[in-house]
Amino acid sequence: MSVLIYTENWDGKFKKFSFELVSYGAAIAKELSIPVTALSIGKVAEDELKKLGKYGADKVLNVNDNRFNSIDNKALSLAVAKAAKAEGAKVVIFAHNNLGKALAPRVAIKLDAGLVSGVTALPSGYDPFVVKKKVFTGKAFANVQVDADEKVLTFFQNSYEPVETENKVSIEAFDPQVGDEEFATTVKETNKITGKVLLTDAEVVISGGRGMKGPENWGGLEELADLLGAGLACSRPVSDEGWRGHEEHVGQTGKIIAPNLYMAFGISGAIQHLGGVSSSKFIAAINKDPEAPIFEAADYGIVGDAFKVIPQLIEAVKEL
Amino acid sequence: MKILVLISNVPDTTTKIRFTGDNTAFDSTGVQWIINPWDELALTRAVELKEAGAVEKITVGNVGRQTTEPTLRKALAIGADEAIRVDAEPEDAFFVAIQLAEVGKDFDIIMAGIEASDYNGSAVGGMLAELLGFNSVSAVSGLNIENGELIINREIDGGSQVLTIASPVVTIVQKGIAKEPRIPAMRGIMMARKKPMNVVSPVEAKAKTEMINFELPPPKAACKLVDEENAKELIRLLHEEAKVL
Ligand SMILES: Cc1cc2nc3c(=O)[nH]c(=O)nc-3n(C[C@H](O)[C@H](O)[C@H](O)COP(=O)(O)OP(=O)(O)OC[C@H]3O[C@@H](n4cnc5c(N)ncnc54)[C@H](O)[C@@H]3O)c2cc1C
Repeated sequence: MSVLIYTENWDGKFKKFSFELVSYGAAIAKELSIPVTALSIGKVAEDELKKLGKYGADKVLNVNDNRFNSIDNKALSLAVAKAAKAEGAKVVIFAHNNLGKALAPRVAIKLDAGLVSGVTALPSGYDPFVVKKKVFTGKAFANVQVDADEKVLTFFQNSYEPVETENKVSIEAFDPQVGDEEFATTVKETNKITGKVLLTDAEVVISGGRGMKGPENWGGLEELADLLGAGLACSRPVSDEGWRGHEEHVGQTGKIIAPNLYMAFGISGAIQHLGGVSSSKFIAAINKDPEAPIFEAADYGIVGDAFKVIPQLIEAVKEL
Repeated sequence: MKILVLISNVPDTTTKIRFTGDNTAFDSTGVQWIINPWDELALTRAVELKEAGAVEKITVGNVGRQTTEPTLRKALAIGADEAIRVDAEPEDAFFVAIQLAEVGKDFDIIMAGIEASDYNGSAVGGMLAELLGFNSVSAVSGLNIENGELIINREIDGGSQVLTIASPVVTIVQKGIAKEPRIPAMRGIMMARKKPMNVVSPVEAKAKTEMINFELPPPKAACKLVDEENAKELIRLLHEEAKVL
């Protein structure tokens, strides 16, 4: 028996989120008194795989088969399910990101498991198994009871602090024996976002709304983001107008993020916008309207003109 | 090609979320119900593809009681040709997927939203694909059909891709699949009244999960305000007090 964590890699590297997942899985495994297995699919160097041990993995199953690079959901979920069966996994954990959301439901069916997605905390009970998840786009939480022997969870980023442990980890090659006929996806083109802090990884996010008036006014926000190593985001009308790319749109219909700090410039704070950012640890808002709803969600605020405030903030950050 | 668009009936996105019965149930008093925003975009794209001649027929599918029919009628008014409603309470994603698998076998493309805006499950599309043995593509932001071949744009973590895949396939769609949701025109609303609303009985299935109770996030402390003329103070507070810079 084990807790199995699917740890995705990005060009052969893991992220803080990967370690967060392993630590979270290790805490569950400890309650159940069973070992922790991490599953890595793709080409990852041994040193990098060993890092998973530092966060609590007892074993890493390493599938080095480049057919999986096409991210074919059917083939990948078959590989994960085979690993779960080989390990007798009681709980299978995915990231609540694009790939995790794509695979977890398929794996849950294959394992006849109960699925809870968007989980934000350790289970509050194990018999019956009850775990908390976000509902209504962050406006509430539900405690979900799983009535199945096997559980599949997708876990929300920045919900658990990674903890380092002293752990002996074994690394084993694993061949899930997925036939060629399972692969149906032919990738024609891949566009990676480069040279920018990925919004979903960023610990600080600088975001602009319609109050920024036009794309030509983003220079200050970009400079601020640069100085802070922050990611850039925007409200929906800003991406709809084409002022900024769609990948920066946050909110109910865009990306849902949970950075340590979200700074909103010229954003009114509509309920659909807040749905995407309300899990941020701190929110700072700059808006010239004292009645703007963003101030109800914010921890810090300036009622004022963003164009006057931004240069001062840049100066202050340079002095840090 | 035949498309099935899955429709979830959800509270309007501005709904104030409240619970009743000692926080065990969502309080639907006075709630306005809408087509889940992503399902609405999926349907819009399906209608565009039909108008371009690449799709013969659009069916919308839902698991729900009779109270969801106004939402399904709206989908018909937007341009779907027929609706299938499995007459059951949508207990959990697994239960819903089992029901839809009964009615979804004969489609070339099934479109599901990346999540429903109520319980944010992100599960029905993937489960349905697995139950039917179909391929699936998630985070789909573009769907085109050229000479019978599906060309799909999807978002991956850290970028995007263009791919081709054989049907039958479940596409799980997000922002970008269509620009703006279609608003039903008067003619569409008139025609929708005559389009078929097929009600089918559910098959036996048991939910695997149950939401036992709900919580609202703890109330936020009041916002600490900094003077516009003294904006540098904000950075100091974020650095020294909040410790996030
Ligand atoms: C189904 C649905 C889904 C949606 N999903 C999303 C979503 O995912 N994300 C999202 O963002 N929105 C979403 N919306 C739209 C949302 O309702 C709001 O319309 C949108 O968030 C408003 O964007 P904004 O705050 O940039 O613009 P506005 O609401 O126009 O606000 C601009 C703000 O800028 C302030 N301002 C103006 N000038 C200045 C200045 N010089 N200095 C400082 N402040 C200034 C104003 O006081 C105002 O508060 C959705 C809507 C619907 C119906």
